[in-house]
Amino acid sequence: MKMKPLVRTIATSQLFGPLVALVAACVFFSTQSDRFLMGQNFSLILQQVLVVGILAIGQTLIVLTAGIDLSVGMIMSLSSMVMTKFAVELGVDPLLAIVCGVAVAGAFGALNGVLITRVKIPAFIVTLGTLNIAFAVNQIYTRSETVSNLPPAITFLGETFKVAGTTITYGTIFLLLLYFLAWFFLSQTAPGRHIYAVGNDPEAARLTGISTERVLMGVYTLAGVLYGLAGLVLVARTGVGDPQAGQTENLDSITAVVLGGTSLFGGRGLIVGTLIGAVIVGVFRNGLILMGVSSVYQVLITGILVILAVAADQLTRRMKK
Amino acid sequence: MSDAPVVFEAKNLVKRYGHVVALDGVDFQLRSGEILAVIGDNGAGKSSLIKALSGALIPDSGEIFLDGKRVHFKSPIDARREGIETVYQTLAVAPFMTIAENLFLGREIVRPNLLGSVFKILDRKKMLAEAARSMEEMKFSIGHMQQAVETLSGGQRQGVAVARAATFARHVVIMDEPTAALGVKEGNMVLDLIHRIRDRGLSVILISHNMPHVFEVADRIHIQRLGKRAAVVNPKKVNMADAVSIMTGALKPEAIPADSLA
Repeated sequence: MKMKPLVRTIATSQLFGPLVALVAACVFFSTQSDRFLMGQNFSLILQQVLVVGILAIGQTLIVLTAGIDLSVGMIMSLSSMVMTKFAVELGVDPLLAIVCGVAVAGAFGALNGVLITRVKIPAFIVTLGTLNIAFAVNQIYTRSETVSNLPPAITFLGETFKVAGTTITYGTIFLLLLYFLAWFFLSQTAPGRHIYAVGNDPEAARLTGISTERVLMGVYTLAGVLYGLAGLVLVARTGVGDPQAGQTENLDSITAVVLGGTSLFGGRGLIVGTLIGAVIVGVFRNGLILMGVSSVYQVLITGILVILAVAADQLTRRMKK
Repeated sequence: MSDAPVVFEAKNLVKRYGHVVALDGVDFQLRSGEILAVIGDNGAGKSSLIKALSGALIPDSGEIFLDGKRVHFKSPIDARREGIETVYQTLAVAPFMTIAENLFLGREIVRPNLLGSVFKILDRKKMLAEAARSMEEMKFSIGHMQQAVETLSGGQRQGVAVARAATFARHVVIMDEPTAALGVKEGNMVLDLIHRIRDRGLSVILISHNMPHVFEVADRIHIQRLGKRAAVVNPKKVNMADAVSIMTGALKPEAIPADSLA
């Protein structure tokens, strides 16, 4: 018990598995490609996981309450279109346009929350519904047309600066800042701990006076806001508003959460794990590309990774019982 | 003991569910600093009575008094605010969270300044210290306060729930079958904790099916039958068989010596 807190946390916690997987993947890919271990390549990997990384923060909050969100990608996409169309076609001030886009995403998250807590529909069904609603609203609103010629204020997070020859985007800084805030919220504040309590045992949480409904409402709304911020990063990375974006991000965000060691049964998981999970996904994609493996195999391997991670979670739960 | 003042009292509580009468004008009295056991057959209204006292159920009619003052509980939170804590049979703890976190769940200590009042930032040091102090007071040795509850045995988990109730209760601790899910040794550990809660000056209501446990710890036994209080007996003067007979209706309360009633 006299171990340093950090050492103890890593050795005994859920982070151990994800870290081993990450290191193993890095070692493997560095033997396959000389370019893999270069700083520039790592910067690229981080850029590639920006969007999924931010979405996965919201997904983590939800999975910690034993919920699931399938509307992630579509809410993000809708939010990015509101931002870009408001700024380009309505001539709204870019900053205000961003606020509007994020607000729409937050409102969709709140809608998920209301349907789950008030109407008592399972999260899986609710978000499957809002996934389709958000998609359709997006297509109707944009007539499925992309928006280009974005003002630089909207794509600011895509801009870069150099540190010791390595290019870093402001989006990467933004991602790390959001992870820090999420870590602080989840581990150091009372509402953050209530999220864990609800995921551990909703009945026990209720008996201690925690309003599970308020916690869930807050979690789904906050997740919506995060999807909006992911939409901002998406626009900054691609430089256009694309209503077809966000189709693969649902599963990717869940993959990152699960690979990061968060239990799909709720109550157990660390936000740092999700960051590691997102980076694992990025490392696999990047490494396989460097090896020249066809993209179909990347999808195949992602699928296998998710199932392995959930199986490991199930196994540890059964062993504990 | 029998002349200690009444702290918690119910008069003529009635609760109906359709045609079923769960509480048929039941009276109830808890005295200061005592352990009062409530026993009764299934359907006697034992659990409805306890739910009414802990705020989990609102009776159709009747009155509840705490320290002589009329109270109206609409939820367990209301009862808790008045200093009445309840320990449930179902080990109501969050297994993946630490002992200290469980102790303060829903009542976290936050930083004293704006960081606490606005951002609800936890004062972890103080929570750890208070948790350790509380466990020490209860003479409940359970290890490290930062240990996850899932690493504890069933009895130790129930111990955490009991310690939580004891830490925050100001008047009454209600225990609903706290030993039902536990083995013999673990059950005894929880009985020890119940004694210590009483020693701290709190009054305890213990609901249990386990007659040896009831007779070991209770100062008085409230026997519930057919939605009413059949009798209150003194466990030192009544044997277990007679108590069970009153409970099942095989023995009229009038048939036992008057000095064994309490």
